[in-house]
Amino acid sequence: MSEIKYIERDPLYVVAPSTVSQTTKRAGKIIVWSSFLLMFVIAIIQTLHSNERISFGFTNWRPVLYAYILWAVAIGYSRVLIYGERGKRNLFVFPAVMFIISIVIFPLLFGLYISFTDWNLSSIDGRKFNGLDNFYQMISDPYYWNALKNMIYYVLAVLVEFTIAFLLAILLNSQIRGRKFFRIAFLIPLMLSPVAVSWMVGKSMLEQRFGPVASFARWLGWDTPTFFSNPVIAKLTMMCMDAWTFIPLMIIMLLAGLQALPKEVLEAAKVDGANKWTLFKNIIFPIMLPVSLTTLVIRIIFKLKLADIIIIVTAGGPGGATDSVTSFIVREYRDRSNVGYGTLLSFVYLIFIVILMTILIRFVNRWLQRAS
Amino acid sequence: MKNNLSEKIIIYGILLLWTFICLFPIYWTATTSFKTAASVTQGLLIPWIDFEPSWKGWRNLGFSPDTLFVESNPREEFLARFFNTAFISASASALAVILGSFAAYGLSRFNYKFGFMRNPDISFFFLSQLILPPVVLALPVLVLYRELDLLDTHIGMILIYTLTVLPIVIWIMRDQFNAVPIELEEAALVDGASVWMSFFKIVLPIVLPGIASAFILCLILCWNEYFLAALITSTDAKTMPVMVASQISSQSIKWWNMAAISAALCLPLIIVAIFLERYIVKGMAAGAIKG
Repeated sequence: MSEIKYIERDPLYVVAPSTVSQTTKRAGKIIVWSSFLLMFVIAIIQTLHSNERISFGFTNWRPVLYAYILWAVAIGYSRVLIYGERGKRNLFVFPAVMFIISIVIFPLLFGLYISFTDWNLSSIDGRKFNGLDNFYQMISDPYYWNALKNMIYYVLAVLVEFTIAFLLAILLNSQIRGRKFFRIAFLIPLMLSPVAVSWMVGKSMLEQRFGPVASFARWLGWDTPTFFSNPVIAKLTMMCMDAWTFIPLMIIMLLAGLQALPKEVLEAAKVDGANKWTLFKNIIFPIMLPVSLTTLVIRIIFKLKLADIIIIVTAGGPGGATDSVTSFIVREYRDRSNVGYGTLLSFVYLIFIVILMTILIRFVNRWLQRAS
Repeated sequence: MKNNLSEKIIIYGILLLWTFICLFPIYWTATTSFKTAASVTQGLLIPWIDFEPSWKGWRNLGFSPDTLFVESNPREEFLARFFNTAFISASASALAVILGSFAAYGLSRFNYKFGFMRNPDISFFFLSQLILPPVVLALPVLVLYRELDLLDTHIGMILIYTLTVLPIVIWIMRDQFNAVPIELEEAALVDGASVWMSFFKIVLPIVLPGIASAFILCLILCWNEYFLAALITSTDAKTMPVMVASQISSQSIKWWNMAAISAALCLPLIIVAIFLERYIVKGMAAGAIKG
């Protein structure tokens, strides 16, 4: 653990009487190292026990976890002992950093290791290191690449959602009565659990015999409305269901941006005789650009996690046409319970996401700089 | 004037159409939960006029008037899941709000150096957790939880849910704290308060509405979470979405049951949306404007 150091001139400047005696400093160090030693000893005992080298030990790894928590608390407390007033400031950020490191970084490192193993959770053999075998299997796995391709379509659908959300946000921002009612009504789909939506919309309203949407489609003249048997239609249906739940989020974010528009500029443009379209194109849209881009980025982040409705409604069918990467990995894990291969797939997906988001954010920043 | 009127009609037309799209599935679910098999197959829509409502779906769940006061296993089961969900999501949101508010306050008031990381890097480190898809963490965490005996426990679920909502809290709260004038705390510090005391006594009351928004947003996300819950829980800590999802495959023909149980899953959050809309909107808008 490297130290959270204090550097000059904080926004909130505190004149701190920071004279810490040598004894308390030493006490702080002793606390950290002794608790670390305790954790280390427990971990060694447990490792030996689980390798069946020694007979005594614990039934599971929980004591190690407790020792780890004790160690983390000791580090936090020692900050105050060693650095005095400065240490107290560190305590604001320290718990959150420690929490994320414990729950993200450790599992990620562990996951990196198991992604190079052949590990079937239900078999008794345990894990076997198999080097790059998982990777070669991935390269020749058409379903994984198909799932990635689907994700591209799903992400592109965000643009359509954005257009709809922008239109609705502008309408909500115009001079209308009952804005509060509309706002609540528009918000409600976001409140619904994807699991409930899967049944309400996916399984019942789109049901081909009795579902109201199917009846409506028949009334419009589509004789055999099936929403999940044709690959293209199935994918579009999935996009619509996901859009339905998440358009409210975009509406609210865009509406917040519209309400923050400078009134004087809009008035001045109206006085100059700008019509609605030029007003939108030359003034509203450019000023809204940062908000729009933030909204899009947030929406894409959520879109990349898309899984629940697919797992429940189609399970990726027909023929993998609606698969998202997450739903595919889940199936891979449920059907073959191969943790190693599934983890490798998810790590490759993470790498793709990080590359995509880096490019996207850099592109957004450059665009914003050029616009301003 | 005529132009204006037709414009109004178009605006209200689109708004009402979208309202219909938003609310019809809820209306459909609510009415279907009162249907019998015959009314389901005929696709009837309006209660009392098209079909005679029945308590069939709710009776199976133990929530109809005649079963409400007799013992009912499905109701016990449902209530157990309901309290699991409520307990896990409330605890996770509270933990995330506490950790996240401290971190956001620290980042908005002090300069840190954590190895090579300065304040903007630390902020980015927190926010970047948002792009981490749950599936990447799911399998390693599953294996880790098995070793730690945390599978199917409340505490295990709370920890992982806290993680998923923590970046959102930090994102919202950072702007909230930045909007509080520093002079207020400086005055308190001059009067001899410590940093933590001025945080609790002065800053916290000012940002309380922001904290409420963050808490409600977290609550919604945790309440609806299915993916991680399906992997980690099996019996003791099973949440409502997992229970509903498992019934979708087993009871798919009994629409009235499914409708009742889906409605019960959604109802709490619809009520939250109606009464706390202001806070939800505020939380989401906070993220949009400052970016």
